Amino acid sequence: MKLLVGTSKGLIVYHRAVASWKIEKAHFIGMPISMVYTDPRTNTWWVGLAHRHWGQKLHYSQDEGRSWQVVPMPKYPAGAEYRPGKPATLKKVWCMQQAGPGRPGGLWLGTEPGGLFYSEDNGQHFELVESLWNHPSRLDENQWFGAGRDYPFIHSIVVDPRDENHVYIAVSCAGVFETTDGGTSWAPCNTGLVAAYLPNPDVEVGHDPHLMLACRAYPDVIWQQNHCGIFRTANGGQNWDNVTDKNGLADYGFALAIDHEDPDKAWVIPAVSDEMRVAPDLALCVCRTENGGRSWQALRRGLPQDHCFDIVFRHSLAKQHNVLAFGTTTGNLYLSEDYGDSWSCVSSHLARVDAVTFS
Amino acid sequence: MPTIRFTTALQRFFPTLKEQEVAGRTVGEVLEEVEARYPGIKDYVLDEQGRLRQHVNIFLSGELIEDKETLQDKVGDNDEVYVFQALSGG
Repeated sequence: MKLLVGTSKGLIVYHRAVASWKIEKAHFIGMPISMVYTDPRTNTWWVGLAHRHWGQKLHYSQDEGRSWQVVPMPKYPAGAEYRPGKPATLKKVWCMQQAGPGRPGGLWLGTEPGGLFYSEDNGQHFELVESLWNHPSRLDENQWFGAGRDYPFIHSIVVDPRDENHVYIAVSCAGVFETTDGGTSWAPCNTGLVAAYLPNPDVEVGHDPHLMLACRAYPDVIWQQNHCGIFRTANGGQNWDNVTDKNGLADYGFALAIDHEDPDKAWVIPAVSDEMRVAPDLALCVCRTENGGRSWQALRRGLPQDHCFDIVFRHSLAKQHNVLAFGTTTGNLYLSEDYGDSWSCVSSHLARVDAVTFS
Repeated sequence: MPTIRFTTALQRFFPTLKEQEVAGRTVGEVLEEVEARYPGIKDYVLDEQGRLRQHVNIFLSGELIEDKETLQDKVGDNDEVYVFQALSGG
């Protein structure tokens, strides 16, 4: 097992040594990494670069980082407008997802300012999914809008393992959308969510999911860490249940991990609130539920509990089997090999961590 | 024939990039010529709508180009086109 950590200054690859995790190699040193994805079908590593000067780039490796290739960047078509009179240009690559076994070369790509792209040839060419781009809600600045960023962005893509034409995306800010016809049409899927920052918190579109994941063994169970708490659906998004720990810590945050066998297990890393983006009491903890969100347990063993200013971004927590790892805005990397019961600091002097995944 | 040179920062991505003579009567034409020699380089300098990236500058014989949208500044035979990254960072 390898651990890929995307930071604002490069990609760091760790491997499990005899008794600990060691850095194997650093790639793209000095370059901001916006996305890290490993395609489980081919073990292809994908990296999105967010150059300060030179724009967004996509690189991939088919030999675990020994060599890298670059692909032509997805392009918003000539004439595509973010808003009337405002040409759309790619601001950031946020996420990638393989399209399922029935589409062996298929890759979905989520970007800012809100464009979903699709490739049929393993990423050699991407096309904008016009059906979503032209969805009436996207064209409405009251429904799709930027919040933490200047523009809305697609940060989560879930492909139903039973049916690759059934796909969910999550947009910050807009909410969750679903297609059941392979992307020909899209419908919002936000019933039960709360948009507490809007005059009408029950809007159909205008929500702020921070990250969305679905359980592979039970694909109708989908979790999201949202700006307004933690939500879970057991019926494929027909209705979302608020599973926030209203009297506890598991509420506001960005990162989320789930168990892909047990639909009742999930992990989040709380912050105080949107106005106070620090760990509660300046003490870092991971919250875990084992009963579908009815209760949450704070896990602190091995994590800093005093004057800790670490925040964990949405793509910076990953889980594989019993191992969880997360990287923080202050360049710390923590890892647990017992489902989060105890943690150790693997690195304490990285750059800001923006993406963590296992290979 | 005009010449073009580049910030050395681009050599990380295009190691053989060097100062050279290029055909072209506008900045846009010059960049097309460079793209033919170094496929992909245009995407580093321009966005997908063909505009100069926000943090990239192009100087034409010492002066910033005027047309950053469509790159129609005229280039003379004795001009030097200099592609440079703007200062920003941390």
